[in-house]
Amino acid sequence: MDITFKQVDYTYQANSPFEHKALKNLSFHLPGGSFTAIVGHTGSGKSTLLQHLNGLVRPTSGSVQIGEHTLEPKKKPKQAKELRKQVGIVFQYPEHQLFEETVEKDIAFGPRNFGVAEKEIAKRVKESAAAVGLDLSLLSRSPFELSGGQMRRVAIAGVLAVRPRVLVLDEPTAGLDPRGQQEIMDMFYRLHKEQQLTTILVTHSMEDALTYADHMLVLDKGEKYMEGTPVKVFQDRQALQQVQLDVPEIFQFLQKTSERFGKQVAYEGENVDRLAEQLADLAGDKHE
Amino acid sequence: MTGSLSSWQIWQVINMNNLLIVGQYVPTNSIVHRMDPRIKMLIIFFYVIFIFFANNIVSYALFTVFAVGGTLLTKVPWRFIAKGLTPVWFLIVFTFILHLFVTKEGTVLVNVFGLPIYSGALEQGAVISLRFFLLILLTSLLTLTTTPIEITDGVESLLGPLRRFKFPVHELALMMSISLRFIPTLLQETEKISNAQASRGVDFRTGPFRERVRAVIPLLVPLFVSAFKRAEELAMAMEARGYRGGEGRTKLRELQVMKRDVAALVIFIIVVAAALITRDYS
Ligand SMILES: Nc1ncnc2c1ncn2[C@@H]1O[C@H](COP(=O)(O)OP(=O)(O)OP(=O)(O)O)[C@@H](O)[C@H]1O
Ligand SMILES: [Mg+2]
Repeated sequence: MDITFKQVDYTYQANSPFEHKALKNLSFHLPGGSFTAIVGHTGSGKSTLLQHLNGLVRPTSGSVQIGEHTLEPKKKPKQAKELRKQVGIVFQYPEHQLFEETVEKDIAFGPRNFGVAEKEIAKRVKESAAAVGLDLSLLSRSPFELSGGQMRRVAIAGVLAVRPRVLVLDEPTAGLDPRGQQEIMDMFYRLHKEQQLTTILVTHSMEDALTYADHMLVLDKGEKYMEGTPVKVFQDRQALQQVQLDVPEIFQFLQKTSERFGKQVAYEGENVDRLAEQLADLAGDKHE
Repeated sequence: MTGSLSSWQIWQVINMNNLLIVGQYVPTNSIVHRMDPRIKMLIIFFYVIFIFFANNIVSYALFTVFAVGGTLLTKVPWRFIAKGLTPVWFLIVFTFILHLFVTKEGTVLVNVFGLPIYSGALEQGAVISLRFFLLILLTSLLTLTTTPIEITDGVESLLGPLRRFKFPVHELALMMSISLRFIPTLLQETEKISNAQASRGVDFRTGPFRERVRAVIPLLVPLFVSAFKRAEELAMAMEARGYRGGEGRTKLRELQVMKRDVAALVIFIIVVAAALITRDYS
């Protein structure tokens, strides 16, 4: 499903002394099946943007188009539920939303609300539990007896079980151990590839943005600051540092190398072998 | 913008959405804001008592001038105060109309749909509505100009003498300030969880009544879980930092009665005295 923002403004507490503009004149287009990373300093409006994708809030002005659904300031979205079925959001710290007696029931909660047949639900619960790497023996346990990492996986499975067409992830790996972070991100990437899921990832990890995304959006104080492929965006380290962001280690390394050898090493997202050749050439130049 | 202010804001929003004025602090740093909270509370307490002694135009005028003058001094925009009073307007108007039809004193002025309206009813309705309005206005000034922390400190100090009778004043104040501190946090949490569950297909707003009641469970369970977790963490953090109850504990902010407080008290006493002198005693 394509997603288009057209000059979206969003103001918290409009017409009060505490008015706060969280999004300003935001326009962008994300084609169906793309993987977009949204980055920005804390408070730059990333979570606010995500809430639009599920019709949880409507733009104060401008419009948002998600597939067939349109969100506009004055009109209540007619089929909010249908929209929510197609767009699954994994919120920041999703384990806080668990409430059922058993893990199984909690994963089944979403599909049940959207009217999926019971037989199908049972199948999906097992599938999504397996996808997030949950041991099936945990299904009958109370979610509150699990570790933080396991709870996170249950919450994610609960979103996947709805089988959304668009997957929205708000820092899905924050606070997990490094191994778990990698596992979960790889899982999302696999789903994205296998099912052509349109994926939107909010992250503070520039490495993740570079590894997984094919498109990138940088927000600053509610405005679009940069947009493009991750490689393009990361080539302008200065601009990113202006908004308290940095580039992945590989770019830092290349910048240092370029400075050292006084010669530009371009990185266009090619593989590491090709890069090594370039570096070898550089080193060779120096020694001759 | 500080962190605490932004959680405050959320409280504000909810209050504004419900048009409820209680708990809505508007920082304008006026002279009323800078007053000692104890003095503000004392004045309001006695105002609430003494306004019932007013019984003629002059005595009511005195109390009205005092409340309106105080409101002007706060520099809180009228728009703000009026908006917050909206639900109370309804009650005031309702009281007035009820009086019009129920009270049967004085002469008949007009007939509305065959019901006689007496002059006494008009008078009494007006008086009671005015009194009601003044009470609400003045009490809302307290929350408009005093932070919850100041209110708590004030309560603790005012109740201080009760300590002699083993009344747990400090504990009460602590409970009060902790609850106040966590109201915005809880509201924030509520919003987050209700968003998350709405995403999972819960419909809080439409549907049959039974369904909507059931929809509350996915909201309440996580809220309770997190509230208990927070309480436990807070207790541990307090203990780790050596909290051992109120015994011998000193305060970061000492309340102090200043000239402006004395002035306010004097003005108030003059108003009350004048009202008591001018009221009818027959
Ligand atoms: N419910 C709310 N009421 C008022 N202001 C809010 C509310 N939620 C967010 N804001 C404000 O809107 C701005 C954007 O918030 P948002 O949560 O979208 O930031 P974010 O980019 O997700 O930050 P983070 O990386 O910390 O999650 C912030 O300045 C925040 O203070
Ligand atoms: Mg966020």
